[in-house]
Amino acid sequence: MELDLAFIWAAIIAFAVLAYVILDGFDLGVGILFPFFPEKHEKDVMMNSVAPVWDGNETWLVLGGGGLLAVFPLAYATILPALYAPIIAMLLGLIFRGVAFEYRWRTKRAEPLWNWAFTGGSVVAAFAQGVALGALVQGIPVENRAYTGGWWDWLTPFSVATGLAVLIGYALLGATWLIMKTSGELAERARRYAYVAGVATLVAMGIVSLWTPFLEPLYLQRWFSWPTAAFSLIVPALVAACFLVLAHGLRTHHDSRPFIASLGLFVLGYAGIGISFYPYIVPTSVTIWDAAAPDESLAFLLVGALVLVPLILAYTAYAYWVFRGKVNPEEGYH
Amino acid sequence: MLENLDATLLARVQFAFTVSFHIIFPAFSIGLASYLAVLQGLWLWTKQEVYLELFDFWKTIFALAFGMGVVSGIVMSYQFGTNWSVFSDKAGPIIGPLMGYEVLSAFFLEAGFLGVMLFGRKRVGPGLHFFATLMVAFGTLMSATWILAVNSWMQTPAGFAMNDAGQFVPEDWWAIIFNPSFPYRLVHMVLAAYLTTALVVGAVGAYHLLRRTSPLRAGTMFSMAMWMLTIVAPLQILAGDMHGLNTLEHQPVKVMAMEGHYESHPDGAPLILFGLPNPEEKRVDYAVEIPKLSSLILKHDLNAPLDGLDTVPEELHPPVPIVFWSFRIMIAIGFAMFGLGLWSLYCRWRGSLYGSDWLHRSAIVMGPAGFVAVLAGWITTEVGRQPFTVYGHLLTADSVSPIAAPAVATSLIAFIIVYFLIFGAGTFYILRLMSRLPRDPMGDLDEGPIRTAGITPAPQAAKHEEVRHGA
Repeated sequence: MELDLAFIWAAIIAFAVLAYVILDGFDLGVGILFPFFPEKHEKDVMMNSVAPVWDGNETWLVLGGGGLLAVFPLAYATILPALYAPIIAMLLGLIFRGVAFEYRWRTKRAEPLWNWAFTGGSVVAAFAQGVALGALVQGIPVENRAYTGGWWDWLTPFSVATGLAVLIGYALLGATWLIMKTSGELAERARRYAYVAGVATLVAMGIVSLWTPFLEPLYLQRWFSWPTAAFSLIVPALVAACFLVLAHGLRTHHDSRPFIASLGLFVLGYAGIGISFYPYIVPTSVTIWDAAAPDESLAFLLVGALVLVPLILAYTAYAYWVFRGKVNPEEGYH
Repeated sequence: MLENLDATLLARVQFAFTVSFHIIFPAFSIGLASYLAVLQGLWLWTKQEVYLELFDFWKTIFALAFGMGVVSGIVMSYQFGTNWSVFSDKAGPIIGPLMGYEVLSAFFLEAGFLGVMLFGRKRVGPGLHFFATLMVAFGTLMSATWILAVNSWMQTPAGFAMNDAGQFVPEDWWAIIFNPSFPYRLVHMVLAAYLTTALVVGAVGAYHLLRRTSPLRAGTMFSMAMWMLTIVAPLQILAGDMHGLNTLEHQPVKVMAMEGHYESHPDGAPLILFGLPNPEEKRVDYAVEIPKLSSLILKHDLNAPLDGLDTVPEELHPPVPIVFWSFRIMIAIGFAMFGLGLWSLYCRWRGSLYGSDWLHRSAIVMGPAGFVAVLAGWITTEVGRQPFTVYGHLLTADSVSPIAAPAVATSLIAFIIVYFLIFGAGTFYILRLMSRLPRDPMGDLDEGPIRTAGITPAPQAAKHEEVRHGA
């Protein structure tokens, strides 16, 4: 049997993007929640809870982009021009929040400014990612290996809805992360925000899920015809289970369970989207096999990925292990 | 005004702008990561506190510079797709996997261990902490290796074929990675990064030597930087020369532009020191030239013939004035570095390395010169590649995304505003950190003799240790 390299790579890229969404999701979420914690002391602790890991988290985004260029160059070359404005907005947002990690410790006078850069950048990046997702799901027209739509096509009510949904979802990840990593009044406050964000996430997921099937006949068929319709029962059931675990974890003041339940929600939402448009990588114009680079390229990088990705996961896990447990509020910045 | 600018030109300006900003940070962080590893290694080896103090001082600066490198680098990884989608589609099967390897083998390594390096010394202990620093330094070098493989392949493509969809497809990965210009370019770039960092470290050391803030710390870093400069600047001139000969072999048109040779010289070409290239008239006005020297340098023969741009169709000429000037700026700074290195060696020999105000002032002036040289060299090689993206095979004009000019113009303006704001602030914070070297912890413990005895760090370091152990 011949290996379907394009399929393997689609799985790896999907994994990279998922890893990005849940990892950078919580540290973007911390940025989104920043203004709701007025005390400087609380802000310091929040920042310290993600400072050692945010750079590694964002590297998954580079792998998503770079990997797409490497193995699905046609997808890279059509999706990015189609999503030009949200991608540029995301990049600019990530610049502002990324430098805030260092800058806000280097100045007293301008600290509020960099606090706002951290929040503003996080909000813009999160919203832009959601908009980009929505614009991808609603479809990108491709002819002759080039994007043929206009440069405002990405802006629709649906993409705005997905933008808000991602923003709210990241806030939930951020709040539950803070419950896990902090203590005292800060954690209590995060718990209250997690309730609000949890309910809002439930509503947002519901709206986007009900909307999606009516964008494309393909999606409708996926969700309401056998055998894929089985997912229409399984996915919502699992989503409901995650919400129950989240609510229970919040009520019983459990440290890590709300965060894990929120991660579960993201994984399920992500899987739901994947099920909708597989095997398209540019819905509904280009499949993974159309977009794939030649087998020599796929095989060459796959060798490296099979060795290096487990290694990356190992030392990433190690880095998280080094900084495990609650953030010590007394511990200063480097 | 927008109607006069086409999307291709705007996309080129945008890429040049973002990559020029970006290259500054890696050039600094490659060198600084290695320097940090050396400082920490010296501390573990000699147990002299000054090395740890210097490590902590430069670590904070590194964190800032690295953060700026990360955010400007993320932009780069998406610009290929947003602005150069046709190039991405066609060249993606070759350059994509190389950049994929860069992410997998370098970026994750840097990012994964950066947190441990910056925040984790107390948590993991000195041994693992040193390991983390080494991994960060190793990651920066790996990153340079892969990205220069990509860049060199675009300059001197090899090991590929074309498929029906017009894509470059790999035939021989070894030939792709070790393409003809790669080894030269890699050595030249890594040495440039080390020199850039040495100049910055040297300037900071010199500044504090002049201000007499902390002679031990400032003297130690100044001495280390000047050793680096003394040894590496001549090596860099040698490497640059070999790189030039390699360019002559594989990209002769670029060398014609660098030299300002509009005309062919069948019996020995002159070296044009200065002049004003005149692309309309195809000549260099007011040229100051040394007869036959160019042939001597490039062919090692006074009378060797050298072709000029008159042998190349005009539409394949790179923009000569830019390449001509950026090349001269790079060379001039290279020799200035060499001179500073020699001067410091002389002062060292005379015993006045830590007391020569004029040497210190010159080192301060030369502090940012490495960045200028890196940018000038980068411009020489990249503008010299024009009008191609993949040299000889894919025109820049055929590489650009089908994006409307107003969209590119808007994002270009946004990038310019944001970059000047963000990186201006970052540079300000870095300069402020550099100006705040803590004083040597000796003043009230042991007054008198140390300060007057001087300025050489070795006896001071010994004293400093005694003081610490005694106290």
